[in-house]
Amino acid sequence: MIRIDNVSKAFGGLQAVRGVSFEVAQGSITGLIGPNGAGKSTLFNIVAGLFPPSSGHVLLDDQDITGLPPHKLFHRGLVRTFQIPHEFSRMTVRENLMVVPPGQSGENLFKTWLRWGKVRQQDGEVLERVDDVLAFLEITHVADELAGNLSGGQKKLLDLGRTMMTDAKMVLLDEPGAGVNRTLLGKIREAILRLNRERGYTFCVIEHDMDLISALCDPVHVMANGELIASGSMETLRQNEEVREAYLGGGASGRMGEETPRQHSTDEGASS
Amino acid sequence: MTDILQLLIYGLVLGSVLTMGAIGVSMIFGILRFAHFAHGDFMTLGAYLGLSFISAFGLSSWWALPAAMVGMGVIAVFIDQVLYRRIRRTQPVILLIASFGMALILRSLVQLIWGSDNQTYASGIQFPWQLDWLGGMRLKPDHLWIMLISLALVAGVHLFLTRTRLGKAMRAMSDNMDLALVSGIPAERVIMVTWVIGGALAAAAGVFLGIDTRLHPVMGWTTLLPVFAAAILGGIGRPYGAIAGGMIIGVSMEMSTLLIPAAYKPAVAFAIMVGMLILRPQGIFKGTV
Repeated sequence: MIRIDNVSKAFGGLQAVRGVSFEVAQGSITGLIGPNGAGKSTLFNIVAGLFPPSSGHVLLDDQDITGLPPHKLFHRGLVRTFQIPHEFSRMTVRENLMVVPPGQSGENLFKTWLRWGKVRQQDGEVLERVDDVLAFLEITHVADELAGNLSGGQKKLLDLGRTMMTDAKMVLLDEPGAGVNRTLLGKIREAILRLNRERGYTFCVIEHDMDLISALCDPVHVMANGELIASGSMETLRQNEEVREAYLGGGASGRMGEETPRQHSTDEGASS
Repeated sequence: MTDILQLLIYGLVLGSVLTMGAIGVSMIFGILRFAHFAHGDFMTLGAYLGLSFISAFGLSSWWALPAAMVGMGVIAVFIDQVLYRRIRRTQPVILLIASFGMALILRSLVQLIWGSDNQTYASGIQFPWQLDWLGGMRLKPDHLWIMLISLALVAGVHLFLTRTRLGKAMRAMSDNMDLALVSGIPAERVIMVTWVIGGALAAAAGVFLGIDTRLHPVMGWTTLLPVFAAAILGGIGRPYGAIAGGMIIGVSMEMSTLLIPAAYKPAVAFAIMVGMLILRPQGIFKGTV
């Protein structure tokens, strides 16, 4: 689905990503983990079109999308969420979702006035879809709340909802679990799994929470110091000496992940 | 008491003019992030377009309004495509200076085409209604129309922003540009519609001003300061704030003539703007729509 081909990125003298290649297979939930500063987010931003790589290519369905801006990628079905959830804070949750589907006939100023009926009907269809998404994510009760008033976890759900309003093929999730409490985390995990199974979404996930990664992702790619150091299922990675070293430093023993502190486990309001 | 009521009417008329200008300034700032200095001259050009239209067809003065609004909507989009679009990716300050240049160009253009003398839509004196039940206060029919049409236009903008796909997209873009760009919002189209609405409302402000007083090539430029004051007072980037801001500035400017000479009216707007920037730079309507 997505092929990252020998991508490097340097910011001045800092080599943030060094020659990383991997593939995200159609229908998979691929994980991307690594200690802070490993270059995961940089790689993500390159794929999402925020900035071009210094060298290398990104391919979506065998087409070169290297350096395409985010809104063009959106129309090719590549959507992302943000580590810190973004929302239209002064609009209601329902409106936040309503603005997403592209190509609505209400976009044409003349049709807005002259083809009122058609625009009306299409608005109705969009609203129906919004209601479906709200019900799917179980956030119907906050539909008419201003999005700025939601909790951090609810904003993450809204982010997911936004990807559901378009026919996304490929969704990049940047730390969907960061700053979310346990209950909502379970909901987010369920939503991702169901989207993957029932609607065939392909995901690529950056996450620090190893429980969430093991519950969702296979395969998982590990980055450290800008390089890809290992790939495989979470089980095999747990046994991998190099991975453990990258995470815990200096050949520490113990099972990786379970000792990784969850810095952001219950501070649901932290990002709001 | 009658004096105060009378000044209140004048204030609301002036407020209507300022509101029409300030909504556009606020919207343009919300979407494109720069203070549009040519907005006053949009008002002037709109007023003169209306003048040409009615004198060409021998129509009465209110016909200037629709003609000016349509004309300025088109011209605003044209100016955006020719000038602002090309420098949109640079810093906002460059856009601001460019709009300043555009203001000078438009003003000179108006002087070239229509001359620099005062002109009027209709000569002769309009007799006001004397409202005995309000202590003999006078109300000119034109003033009533200015207020009613402003109200209708404001309602139209409100319906547009809340009910239509483009209006929602516009609010989304001014709310969170990063997210808007990655979530399927047709940015270029929204920008174009912003200019249509901003230009048309500026033209309405110009025509109101022309009907209330007279047409002059610097009529818009001298109104620009209170228009900015209104936009800032309401919280720049917030069309609803601009409405409140416009009315407050307009009424304050007229009421101030009870205490100080009328020549200081613009200074009142300036004082309110400076005070607001010191005390509450985010404006009245921070955080609400």
